[in-house]
Amino acid sequence: MSSISHNPPAQAQRTPTTVNTPESPRPKTAPKSGAWHEDLKRISFWADHAAIIGLVILVAVFTVLNPVFLTVGNIQSILIAASILIVLTIGQAFVILSDGIDLSVASTMTLGVIAFGIAYAQGAGLVVSMISAVVASTLVGVLNGVLIAKGKITDFIVTLGSLSVASGLALVLSDGKPTSITSVELINFSTHGVLIFGFPFIVAAILAVLAHVVLFRTRFGTHLFATGGSKEAAQATGISTARIKVAVYTISGVLAGVAAILLIARVGASEPAANTTFLLNSVAAVVLGGVSLTGGRGSVFGPIVGALLLTVLTNGLTLMNVSQFYQPLAVGVVVILAALLSRFQK
Amino acid sequence: MTATLTKHIVDVQDVSLAFGNVKALQTVSLTLAEGEITALVGDNGAGKSTLVRCISGIHKPQSGTISFEGTPVHFRNPEDAREKGIETVHQNLALVDDLTVWQNLFLNRELTRGIGPIRFLDRKAMKEAADRMVSTLAVNVPAVKSKVRRLSGGQRQAVSICRAAGFSSKLVIMDEPTAALGVQETAKVEELILKLRNDGHSVLLISHNFSQVMRLSDQVWVMRAGRCVAGRRTTETSGDEIVSLITGSREN
Repeated sequence: MSSISHNPPAQAQRTPTTVNTPESPRPKTAPKSGAWHEDLKRISFWADHAAIIGLVILVAVFTVLNPVFLTVGNIQSILIAASILIVLTIGQAFVILSDGIDLSVASTMTLGVIAFGIAYAQGAGLVVSMISAVVASTLVGVLNGVLIAKGKITDFIVTLGSLSVASGLALVLSDGKPTSITSVELINFSTHGVLIFGFPFIVAAILAVLAHVVLFRTRFGTHLFATGGSKEAAQATGISTARIKVAVYTISGVLAGVAAILLIARVGASEPAANTTFLLNSVAAVVLGGVSLTGGRGSVFGPIVGALLLTVLTNGLTLMNVSQFYQPLAVGVVVILAALLSRFQK
Repeated sequence: MTATLTKHIVDVQDVSLAFGNVKALQTVSLTLAEGEITALVGDNGAGKSTLVRCISGIHKPQSGTISFEGTPVHFRNPEDAREKGIETVHQNLALVDDLTVWQNLFLNRELTRGIGPIRFLDRKAMKEAADRMVSTLAVNVPAVKSKVRRLSGGQRQAVSICRAAGFSSKLVIMDEPTAALGVQETAKVEELILKLRNDGHSVLLISHNFSQVMRLSDQVWVMRAGRCVAGRRTTETSGDEIVSLITGSREN
């Protein structure tokens, strides 16, 4: 083979770069200092803030229609009512940000509720019952994650299957019968709080802050966004996307367990109910909150505002004596409107 | 092989690799000199990418040895190669559109601070370091806080090269770095590749663009049908000769 001498490489004509290139060195950034009324004219402004704008509009409308709506008592009850959905929504947001979807989240909660009921009925203390709920739900989450990541089955199919498995298991284990749970501690927990914030809402708020920190202040969070944004790029830089997938479904499972405890505290019983509304509303809240359904883009607080909006909608309609039958209809309309608006996001 | 004065950063000796009946590489031997731009040319299917994948730890050679900085290496995966200082700029660039430039530069190498196992991102340090990386290396990389989605093709390429060049890498492998770029952006990226060499990195460049190979490289290796058929100093060859070596109308 040819010998290699070390000549100083006489480079053929180095390409002189033109001084004025059409490409600007910095991308145009949106004029942040621009007048706020300029912002209002852009449809993307409305799309980016759909949840908060919708919430403000709903609150205004309901306040005009019924003065009871904006009383301290009612706000308190809205926040408590929203807390279960908020906890489930945080889990759903993690999953959707990683480009997945957890259809089993409500059934997983139901299984947690039943695990709690069984432990409690057998004389286990409150703490052990609560741990049972979280463990049962977490197992479903881990199973979802492992099947999706290692078994390489689509998120949709796996969680559709575990939706059925978890709710079936809940029926089998409970024999379809509710167990009433009379615990002074749980009643106190769901009826007391700090200022206007009931304890269930405080739990949800703490989890939300934790979720925000995990997403935006840890390596795991960055890797989650990378996995959801571009799986190939994440893998090329050595990120184990399988690990991220298992982690997000596990988180969703753990949170479904926490939601199960909140649900029992609220209802005072362990029932093998389907809770389908919670599933639909958790996905709806995430979409309303501006999270991209294809993953990689969004926040935690957006979906939480979405969850609040859906709860306000239900609460307001109830206050105005609208039949319960109209509630799913109203939720559906709001979600589709939000999805339409999200097409105009930046 | 004659003794040379130049230190070899990579020494590939008799490397073979077959996928089933397809002999992708047959006793390939070549060297990359430290601090030089080495070009690897050849027709589609000549085995360039397979060879590069062996060097960057994606494939394992079935026989033969690859030495890096004088010692034989057996990379199990790309992470192994990266730890030794071999970085690859992938053809698809491996950037996440919805993350910022600095987040992409530090993807999976994030700086953290904290106590024990509880660690948080050191965003400030990463942004500052990203600013330094970009300003010392790149000609046209935008503000590190902007999202990659907003960048042009050339700027993306620059970010990707910047990432490969940072983190004290010794060898940067580039697979068709300008294939998707316009004339002006190509010129900027070429400028960046030359700057890499001037900063002391060794570069392995796969390119189909002969004038680019002649402009940038110090050494050219030609591959044909899984074999390394010729090597030339760029100053001692011509585009025509390279083409005839690639097509096989001329042997060695």
